[in-house]
Amino acid sequence: MAASTGQAGADAQAAVAVEVNLGDRLFRWGTAAFAAGGVITLGAMAVEMVRASALSLSHFGPGFVTSTDWDPVRELYGALPYIYGTLVSSLLALLIAVPVSLGVAILLSELAPPWLLRPVSFLVELLAAVPSVIFGLWGVFVLTPWLRESVQPPLQSALGFLPFFKGTPRGFGLMAGGLILAIMILPTISSVSREVMRAVPSTLREGALALGATRWEMVRTAVLPYARSGIVGAIILGLGRALGETMAVTMVIGNRAEISASLFAPSYTMASVIANEFTEATGDLHLSALSEVALLLFLVTVALNIVARLLVWRVSRVSR
Amino acid sequence: MSAPSEPYLRRRIVDVAARGLCVLMTVLAILPLLSLLGYVLKQGLGALSWSFFTELPRPVGEVGGGMANALAGSAILVGLACAIGMPVGILAGVYLAEFGKNRFGNAVRFCADVLSGVPSIAVGVFVYTLVVLTMRRFSALAGGVALGILMLPTVTRTTEELVRLVPDTLREAALALGVPKWRAILRVVLRTALPGIATGMMLAVARAAGETAPLLFTAFNNRFWSASLDKPMASLPVQIFTYAVSPYDDWHRQAWAAALVLVAAVLVLNVAARLVVYGRTAR
Repeated sequence: MAASTGQAGADAQAAVAVEVNLGDRLFRWGTAAFAAGGVITLGAMAVEMVRASALSLSHFGPGFVTSTDWDPVRELYGALPYIYGTLVSSLLALLIAVPVSLGVAILLSELAPPWLLRPVSFLVELLAAVPSVIFGLWGVFVLTPWLRESVQPPLQSALGFLPFFKGTPRGFGLMAGGLILAIMILPTISSVSREVMRAVPSTLREGALALGATRWEMVRTAVLPYARSGIVGAIILGLGRALGETMAVTMVIGNRAEISASLFAPSYTMASVIANEFTEATGDLHLSALSEVALLLFLVTVALNIVARLLVWRVSRVSR
Repeated sequence: MSAPSEPYLRRRIVDVAARGLCVLMTVLAILPLLSLLGYVLKQGLGALSWSFFTELPRPVGEVGGGMANALAGSAILVGLACAIGMPVGILAGVYLAEFGKNRFGNAVRFCADVLSGVPSIAVGVFVYTLVVLTMRRFSALAGGVALGILMLPTVTRTTEELVRLVPDTLREAALALGVPKWRAILRVVLRTALPGIATGMMLAVARAAGETAPLLFTAFNNRFWSASLDKPMASLPVQIFTYAVSPYDDWHRQAWAAALVLVAAVLVLNVAARLVVYGRTAR
């Protein structure tokens, strides 16, 4: 062909451009495929768990969550004692962890001098890094003896008329479970709330101080109201953690499937029963029932996480 | 806000009390950590011996033995998890940072956040139905997959954050030299972000190394040496759990020794990660 050199040059350039675009496009789609990995995993998880618990779902229906019988010998499975243990230990954990972690968050975001920030936040982050099974080990050999000898007897003699403090102080039980969960979810709640408080515009703080507010009044009237929904999100995230936490709770809660109002009584959680019985499940129905417990746990924590993320995102995005 | 007529002194007292309460709460939060670290150090040092690192567990009733197989097993499992979780997570993070300002990107981000809140025991059940039932036995591979899935969200979000921190001028300089965008990202942007990403990886490894629940019915446990990926494999955390809930004193001692090793590893990774970050911000 007798095309001019100019034309050939333009063609070559166009060819290069196409090649470059191709590389870019491949790269973009390639990374997008990997990015889809997390989404696919989450979806596959939901599908697989429903499939694994299909037998139990069809066999017991909604009665699964209201029945208290869990008897592999008679092939009867009802998850209520586990649901109860999970809810009570998690709520107890929130009751303890929320005030403590809000104190930490306020200190770190509003009050602490700079030299104190780094060590304190490092220690709190370290608390989040300690493996769950180590908390369990500490719980078995340090926390529960301490509860049994130094905490529960005085509590009983002072408040023993309340149903919460009846029964033999054993150490192992709901109280130990709730306490250890509180320690473990504290870093989650405090770091997310601190993040949210940091997102509060400093003009609000300055405004409050300029009006003559003390430090605390500034926190109470300017920071906390602005950060409120984010803090609620942080607490829900902590709740999600507590519901699904397995090892430490399994080791200290006593593992007995009974419903008792007493915090001294042994209990059992959903995560614990999966951990203890899954490898020794006696039959298809048993395995399926355990899978259904896992499915319930999965659905509840996913729902809580969605709500919490939306709340936290709302606060921190507005300020960005 | 307080009424102007309220005496100033009273407001001061409330202020000091509230501040004191915050300090008290912080002390309360840190006390359990100090107690835990103290006990692990005290009990662990007393129980740690050379044979812990070199010998296999002995049968019940025989004193002594070690956890050599669990140490190796943990290393293999975490390595597997990295091999699965890191490439996926890093590339996903690159996508989010470079191209992710669209609905798909938001969906991915959201799913990563939600995935990080899924209980690890649920991940274990998922991997059981996916891998263990397919292979018809517990295997190291299944354990690696479970830990890899748990790593994924952390790795993704950390990579995204750090790639986003790379200044646009670097990207523009590379593009101006005629480098295609994909090569600019791989050779210039990723390389700049690498130290930070390495930090995130260390934290992810530290977390994976301590995970127990998802290993219980994926990698299971093994009293003997095993390096094959299709067989059950021992790991430090599972061994700690087994020994801690056993009724034998000697096993309790071993559990404390293993706890010391595990906590030391986690601590070193965390401090190292912090030092990298600190070194970079101080410069």
